[in-house]
Amino acid sequence: MGRVVVQQAPFDVGAELAALTAGRTDIGGIGLFVGTVRDSAGGRPIAAMTLEHYPGMTERALAAIVAEAEARWPLAGCTVIHRVGRLAPGEGIVLVAAASAHRQAALEATAFLIDWLKTKAPFWKHEAFAEGGGHWVEARETDDAAAARWATERTA
Amino acid sequence: MRVLYFAWLRQKIGLAEEEVAPPETVRDVAALIDWLAARSPGHAAAFADRTVVRCAVNQDFATPDAPVRAGDEVAFFPPVTGG
Repeated sequence: MGRVVVQQAPFDVGAELAALTAGRTDIGGIGLFVGTVRDSAGGRPIAAMTLEHYPGMTERALAAIVAEAEARWPLAGCTVIHRVGRLAPGEGIVLVAAASAHRQAALEATAFLIDWLKTKAPFWKHEAFAEGGGHWVEARETDDAAAARWATERTA
Repeated sequence: MRVLYFAWLRQKIGLAEEEVAPPETVRDVAALIDWLAARSPGHAAAFADRTVVRCAVNQDFATPDAPVRAGDEVAFFPPVTGG
């Protein structure tokens, strides 16, 4: 039921929300998270961010994450779009939206989707510094902690 | 067996993927890493710190004790950083 897309092209937030709710009048709320490219890392200006992924496994992992969200919350629909390739500061990286009859399910499912995506979907970020050179972004323990809280918090 | 490398493992090894035929004694991910690490200085560098290497077998996350066999697709990569 959820829409999962991995693409190089930019996404249109308005168009995605319209598609998510098209023809539906039973939706009471939509949770939305959009991740964007920051212009600096540790105080160093960033020229670009490049997203690498594992084609095949990525789509499988995202579909599994969406299925888990749909099992935990009564969703009318959800959308996960993740971009890959070279992105400039300010561009959107990821869009997660979850629609439900009530706000709590929509907001919780949205938070769950992005938290699990960050630790369970095979994407890797490389940041190119404005002054030259670059580095692979390291995974953060806070992301693991954010994902882990959903392991025990169950919601009807 | 098809082995894939991503992010800095791909850069250190200099390959995005390779077809390999490890000996029968290589039965799990940990043994496969031992065997791959001996293939070149790049492989050795990529697998020098295994605490920062993650693995997937046939596109599912796998632990060092997960079995591997001929025909599998095995991928090595750093902890994921999407989102």
